[in-house]
Amino acid sequence: MHYDVIIIGAGIVGCACARECATAGLKVAIIEHHIPAAATTAAGMGHIVTMDDSPAQLALTAYSRGLWQQLAPQLPASAEYEACGTLWVAADDEEMAGVSAKQSVYTAAGIASSTLSPDVLASAEPALRRGLSGGFLVPDDAVVYPPASAQYFLQQAQASGTVLLQARVIRAANHSVQLADATILHTGKIIIATGADISLTPTLPIQKRKGHLLITDRYPGLIHHQIVELGYLKSAHKLTADSVAFNVQPRQTGQILIGSSRQYGNDDPGLDQRILAAMLERAISYIPALARVSGIRAWTGFRAATPDKLPLIGPTEDHSVFLAMGFEGLGITNATGAARLLADHLLLRPSAIPLTPYLPERIKQEAYAHA
Amino acid sequence: MTHAEVLIVGAGPAGIAAATAAARTSRSVLLLDDNHAPGGQIWRTDSLAPNPRDRHRDAALTSLQQSGAQLLFNTRVCDAPAPGILTTLSGEAITHIEYDKLILATGARERLLPFPGWTLPGVSGAGGLQALTKGGFPIAGKRVVVAGTGPLLIAVAAHLAAAHANIVCVAEQATLTQMAAFASAIASSPAKIWQGIKFRAQLRGAPYHTSTWPIAALGDTHLTSVRLTDGSRTWEEPCDYLACGFHLVPNTELASLLGCTFNGDFVAVDVLQRTSIGNIYCAGEPVAIGGLDAALIQGEIAGLAATDQLQQAQALHQRHATSLQRFVTRLEAAFRLRPELLTLAHPEDIVCRCEDVRFEQLVPYTSWTAAKLQTRCGMGPCQGRICGPATQSLFGWKPTSVRAPLSPVPVSAFIQFDLRTPTAPQEIP
Repeated sequence: MHYDVIIIGAGIVGCACARECATAGLKVAIIEHHIPAAATTAAGMGHIVTMDDSPAQLALTAYSRGLWQQLAPQLPASAEYEACGTLWVAADDEEMAGVSAKQSVYTAAGIASSTLSPDVLASAEPALRRGLSGGFLVPDDAVVYPPASAQYFLQQAQASGTVLLQARVIRAANHSVQLADATILHTGKIIIATGADISLTPTLPIQKRKGHLLITDRYPGLIHHQIVELGYLKSAHKLTADSVAFNVQPRQTGQILIGSSRQYGNDDPGLDQRILAAMLERAISYIPALARVSGIRAWTGFRAATPDKLPLIGPTEDHSVFLAMGFEGLGITNATGAARLLADHLLLRPSAIPLTPYLPERIKQEAYAHA
Repeated sequence: MTHAEVLIVGAGPAGIAAATAAARTSRSVLLLDDNHAPGGQIWRTDSLAPNPRDRHRDAALTSLQQSGAQLLFNTRVCDAPAPGILTTLSGEAITHIEYDKLILATGARERLLPFPGWTLPGVSGAGGLQALTKGGFPIAGKRVVVAGTGPLLIAVAAHLAAAHANIVCVAEQATLTQMAAFASAIASSPAKIWQGIKFRAQLRGAPYHTSTWPIAALGDTHLTSVRLTDGSRTWEEPCDYLACGFHLVPNTELASLLGCTFNGDFVAVDVLQRTSIGNIYCAGEPVAIGGLDAALIQGEIAGLAATDQLQQAQALHQRHATSLQRFVTRLEAAFRLRPELLTLAHPEDIVCRCEDVRFEQLVPYTSWTAAKLQTRCGMGPCQGRICGPATQSLFGWKPTSVRAPLSPVPVSAFIQFDLRTPTAPQEIP
């Protein structure tokens, strides 16, 4: 059996790649050793968010969000796409002082946004504590239910002939993929999209970054936007320390997803009560009413973090092997953009934004630079 | 942090027997339960006041009260954060309880199966309606059909009849042959004969149908009748309530969270009721669906073993093990679900009530994990307690690992969960 493309990993990124390749006419197989979308994809919040901590990140998130917006009308109801917007809140004047610069960046990138006074913020989200300094609203950001979105991508790919194989891959190189049962599959290209699992690419500097989430019972109308503290950027950028930030999401069901935490060097998937408590304490400090809501489930997941916070998308030294990995906390958002850019590259089509900032070769150059 | 040398979770018969036996030593024994009084499902009561109708229960409760065991009610276990520690919730207050020995006596719950109309108001679990009635729900004069399977049906019907409900009929899905085999097992125990006669008398002549099961609950906004079948004939019984349960499934979530080894659906134990974890014991329905006698004996064995009264524990095991095992086997054979029950649900019928997941949505999936991920089946407040066993029966899916919290907990309570270090994470912004 010969494929044009074999994709390893059926998380949301792998499924999106399969859809892009298969609908472009390529003969695609996607290999998953467990259940599609059951690992990092299932653990994530599903926040489709434009992020501006670097120009390359803003370009990719804005492009990807646009693709989600185009997709929205055809997504199944189970994907729960909701353009609820992101509301960044400023706890103090120092955080608020950064908002006008942030708005200029968004405006220059063609992304709608607005600055909210404390009063407007309070009426937009009455559950927030009083005394906040204001907010920054990005109204076209959205939320989705990631497993159902990935499933939609996979079904679209399958409708275009993609074969889903349940198997463990032990080797992927030089146009061939070897499965645990010693089967060898031949292919033109290989896309590795295994999230935080780098067993096939052990030299990649991808670290697992553990996160916690908690979901509540149903409280429809308690919050209306994905609400994130502006201090999130400070905490999310730290590469070493454990951190928590206020980040809550309204689900269509009326449930509230409460995040977020970041930890390095902790590969244990169990709950870390200390971090969970700190995370919830922070959420309650912004929305006091959360103290009394009922939490029904808490879980953890692993983000795939790269040293420069940008994903690895594109060819490797082995010209048959391509990566779509290292999305950190933006895998759901960037799945659409990364898949399109990679398909453009494979099919020699022009792409809407340059792939250069995300090419895996930069990692090697950095290594040389540091040597 | 509270400390108990012997901590017992669940104050039903097994937990009561365990606490009473353990407290005979000088050790500190703590028995906790999420209800407001001891008794569990079978001896559920509103108070510790004597009940002249059930001397067995009264004797057990009196022994418990005199034993010196400490009792803690309205308290549920929500997490097992570290070996030797359980996290409990009372109201909105979190307490960590440290234990040397732990005895799990977490009982069982009803198995509910989906069929057309099973979510209509007026339809409830059999034990569920009994519990409601004990809590003061007015059932007098109401027409009730009791249906499903298991020895619980007769007990529920008798209880409701005693509360002046009008029992329309009891519909037991098991065949008369199966039931006869079970009855012969009961006949080996005088206590059970007495109990059976008492229940039959209380039913006041309401028909008891074997090989009969519900195929639909009918009504627009509330139940008005139940459609029953015996496989060849189908008829409707007008009624106000349908109390319907399909035998029992063990409550093993805590054992699973603790990492105990399982034997199929049940917690694996040795002759002293020890689980795979050295200082954790388990007794009653989580070990095997064996009813009251098994719960009392296993509870006592666990209580004795956990307090190093090994000879008595072993003697008790030797005396009863064979007959208890025989009873378990007969119970299982008598109330095995007939295959027709697994095809009652129509595509549009709800299977997961918390998340409104319909039968047809589950059909494409081949595992509980995949179905949960894509449909959210089992991800609501009950965390699959109802639809988990149902889908296990319907599709053969195995439940997956259990996560804390074991039941919904106020978010504020999670903050009190931290018990190891008083320090917050570094560099919180």
